[in-house]
Amino acid sequence: MRAAILAVRTLAREWRSGELGVLLLALTIAVAALSAVGFVVSRVGAAVELQASEVLAADLRLVSANPLPETYLDEARRRGLATAGSVGVLSIVFHGDASQLSSLRAVSPGYPLRGTVVVAAETFGAPENAAGGVPPRGEVWPESRLLAAIGAEVGDEVSIGAANFRVGRALVTRPDQGSSFAELAPSLLLNAEDLPATQLLQPGSRARFALLFAGDRDEVEAFKAWIGERKQAGERVLDITESSPQVRDATDRAGRFLSLASLVAVLLCSIAVAMAARRYVQRHLDSVALMKTLGATRAFTLTVSLVQLGLLALIAASVGAAAGFVAQAWLVRALRGLLAVATLPPPSLMPIVMAIVTAFAVLAGFALPPLLQLSRVPAIRVLRRDVGPPPLVIWLAFWPAVIAIVGLIYWVVRDVPLLLGFTAGLAAFVAVLALCGALLVRLTGSLRSRVGVAWRYGIANLARRRAESVVQVVAFGLGIMVLLLLALVRRDLLEDWRASLPADVPNFFFINIPSAERGDFLSFIDDAGAATSRALPMIRGRLTAINDRPIEGLSFDDEGLATREQNLTWTSELGDDNQIVEGGWWRPQDTGQPLVSIATEFRDSVGVKLGDRLTFDIAGETYVVTVASIRQVKWDSFQPNFFLVFPPGLLDATAGTWMTSAYFAPGKPRPIAQLVRRFPSVSVFDMDSILGQVRGVIDKAAVAVQSVFFFTLLAGLTVLLAAVQASRDERRFESAILRTLGASRRTVRAGVLAEFITLGLLAGLLAALGASIGGYLIAKYVLEVKYTFDVWVWVWGLGAGAVLVAGGGWLATRSVVGQSPILTLRGG
Amino acid sequence: MSAGPMTTRDIVLKAENITKQVTSPEGPLTIVRDVSLEIVAGESVAIVGPSGAGKSTLLALLAGLDAPTSGRVWLAGQDLTALDEDGRARLRAERVGFVFQAFHLVPALTALENVSLPLELAGRADARRLALATLDRVGLSARTGHYPRQLSGGEQQRVALARAFVTRPAVLFADEPTGNLDTANGTRVCDLLFELNRDLHTTVVLVSHDQTLAARCTRALHMDDGKLA
Repeated sequence: MRAAILAVRTLAREWRSGELGVLLLALTIAVAALSAVGFVVSRVGAAVELQASEVLAADLRLVSANPLPETYLDEARRRGLATAGSVGVLSIVFHGDASQLSSLRAVSPGYPLRGTVVVAAETFGAPENAAGGVPPRGEVWPESRLLAAIGAEVGDEVSIGAANFRVGRALVTRPDQGSSFAELAPSLLLNAEDLPATQLLQPGSRARFALLFAGDRDEVEAFKAWIGERKQAGERVLDITESSPQVRDATDRAGRFLSLASLVAVLLCSIAVAMAARRYVQRHLDSVALMKTLGATRAFTLTVSLVQLGLLALIAASVGAAAGFVAQAWLVRALRGLLAVATLPPPSLMPIVMAIVTAFAVLAGFALPPLLQLSRVPAIRVLRRDVGPPPLVIWLAFWPAVIAIVGLIYWVVRDVPLLLGFTAGLAAFVAVLALCGALLVRLTGSLRSRVGVAWRYGIANLARRRAESVVQVVAFGLGIMVLLLLALVRRDLLEDWRASLPADVPNFFFINIPSAERGDFLSFIDDAGAATSRALPMIRGRLTAINDRPIEGLSFDDEGLATREQNLTWTSELGDDNQIVEGGWWRPQDTGQPLVSIATEFRDSVGVKLGDRLTFDIAGETYVVTVASIRQVKWDSFQPNFFLVFPPGLLDATAGTWMTSAYFAPGKPRPIAQLVRRFPSVSVFDMDSILGQVRGVIDKAAVAVQSVFFFTLLAGLTVLLAAVQASRDERRFESAILRTLGASRRTVRAGVLAEFITLGLLAGLLAALGASIGGYLIAKYVLEVKYTFDVWVWVWGLGAGAVLVAGGGWLATRSVVGQSPILTLRGG
Repeated sequence: MSAGPMTTRDIVLKAENITKQVTSPEGPLTIVRDVSLEIVAGESVAIVGPSGAGKSTLLALLAGLDAPTSGRVWLAGQDLTALDEDGRARLRAERVGFVFQAFHLVPALTALENVSLPLELAGRADARRLALATLDRVGLSARTGHYPRQLSGGEQQRVALARAFVTRPAVLFADEPTGNLDTANGTRVCDLLFELNRDLHTTVVLVSHDQTLAARCTRALHMDDGKLA
């Protein structure tokens, strides 16, 4: 208790005398940067998630081939969730004599719970957001291509089943139209209350029932668990993690990268705090020795330091989190115009908890060991200033820091392989850096005799403070490396995304092209000036047995994927967007052999492996095929892709249709209406809307990455200043001595600059090396993109090292050189 | 003032064959060599000798700031060499006061807080009252709220004296107490030191180059090359 009182009292005094300013500032800026990143990540992350929800038109979607009981809706409403329902059914839409098979979607009030329905006032007209997502009673919103196929216009009357409807608008997109090709026919939106009048829903008719739920995330999760326990066979729950593969791919990568970026901020904070703590210890050696001389025990002095640092952590966490919140609000305001959503969801409180926990964890990991050391300073120091505390026990110097960092990394990434990879890389990097640093510092010593007095003084400083120099090279090196690595990864990530979505990515999909019309169709597209991608045959089939065991007796992670009717293809070309991860692609001798290549998603959901025998029922014939290869598919390439690919020559005789995709340049007239009339059996999918959704997600992620990068840069600069501050007192004293001995202010300045430039170059050299290796590893194993060697990393590493360290060091030591030597010597 | 239960013949500080060796780049170095001495309560003893003779090290060993390589030290009846670091700290809090050449005031604390510090460390409830009284005794009652940097060298050393005497220590150790002061201030601090030594019956052990200061002590021990002459 006495220790706590003394701690509080001296803390206030020391704050006023400016002793603790640097430590508190470092910790506060660190926490501010971290929490700002946390807030922005949480808000942008929520926006990305919201965007993903839009693909479901809800946070949670329950689907079934049978009507769903009201109990689900009652329970959801009781839990305060928003609800809506939709029924999908296939039916012919008539306009006069013309007719077209259409996918009807009858939606209830509230639809869509997430996202918006986009309509046009006329066929293929300018898109605009519909005021509500549900057509008024008596009105339908068919897609333009449906209207084109039946020769109808907005305002005309169409008949569906036993009822007639007025075409109110042309449907452009609805959020949940999805990207799978289960619904081949163009869609039409109608009011759920009009559905009975059509008399389309008869016992045994094929309909797809869906209930939509949205609300508070925790409630949705709890409700999902509740449904999970009660759902009947045939009922499937979809949430944003299971929405369309493209969006999932993009959000997965975005989440992983944002975690990585915020992790870097955490690491830089730790370095800043370690440096500040070192300075705290240096400045308190005399006080602690004196207190011991006056009779204080080790526990007492340790308690005083712990209470002081604990209070500082609290202050830093509060002020830092508040500053972080202000910074993120400012940042989000600046970003608002770039984001597709008008307002970002509010930030969660998690970053505040994280700021506090992190402040204490980092302090415990990085400040506790030197504090323990401080408490061991012998009392004799009051008589002999050269006596310091005994050196740190090795385990105490490293393990708390390692535990704190590994714990924080895990907290941020929640992924063991990523944690292990990152931690191992970091540990190896720090070890290599320390080794190289020590080597370089030693080597620079031999240069001393060959340079002028200023450089000699600078280099001598590096060599004399060898341990400190190595620590600084490691810290600077790590800081710069992380910034370089971030730039590298960001470039790779964005380029990969951009590359996977080039400007001419296909924007129209064509399904059900009869084999006989394939040539005509492709030349029609060609004549229209559009570029087609590969054309693949397509046939439907059903999986009936795995290794001769009927699938009815097996259980699957994803029942739907195993039991539903599959789209199958055969081809000899693998395609750039497919990568074999197991087995091998078709060789010439595989033509006509009973083999199949499966996508990783199929492997994971159905649980089959290389060499398994799968039995398919394709057009009434049974095929037993062996899994010969497993492919990783980049779904966001927007090329035709299939879970199941057979070798050529096996299914060629079965009557199949073809599919292809094409890119129609914007601005040019799109001959879609003519195409629909000329090839009435071909189903057309306008991918622009789906692409727009995916692009929206990617753009948001890119903005998030840049903002996180900005804060990481700030955190890096804080580390730099903290490091320079740590040696400030020593420098002041040395500069005073040099000036007393007759060195000019210019010589002292040049010496300081020489030292920092050398330090910066060493750090930059090591950082460029580390960033190149780290970039290669991350590109290959984490982001799964190709790494290209970049000479600019070295240019930037060395340049940034020298400029940043020299600039920062110069700014921080300016006053040291400026001060009159006599003041320093008298005070010191 | 009464001398209390202790008589002048009470031995308050005793060293028996103490030696201090340190390792230096040139091999082991003996700083204090087989020193034995006895100091009785109320005595004032000066340790004098040339620079590097081992005076300050001997002082540190006698005060329990450092442990001897061999030999034993008793302070106020306690065997210092049998105590661990915290045990020695507790003994210092109760029985020992210090004055240093460089004053060693806590820069973050005011004069009053500096003087209260040892009392608070010993858990005394009347710390503030005693500290004020002692500061008054050294003529600094007008400077109680000042920080060390706002005080002159002489004033800082008087605060240090007040801090050393405020606990009524059995022994006061002083390392060149006037070394950083001009003659006038040095004399003033000296006067105060001996006044308090007399009034409070405190044993004083000091290291000094100052011949006048040494001459005012009841006894001078001459040290050379780690040995008492």
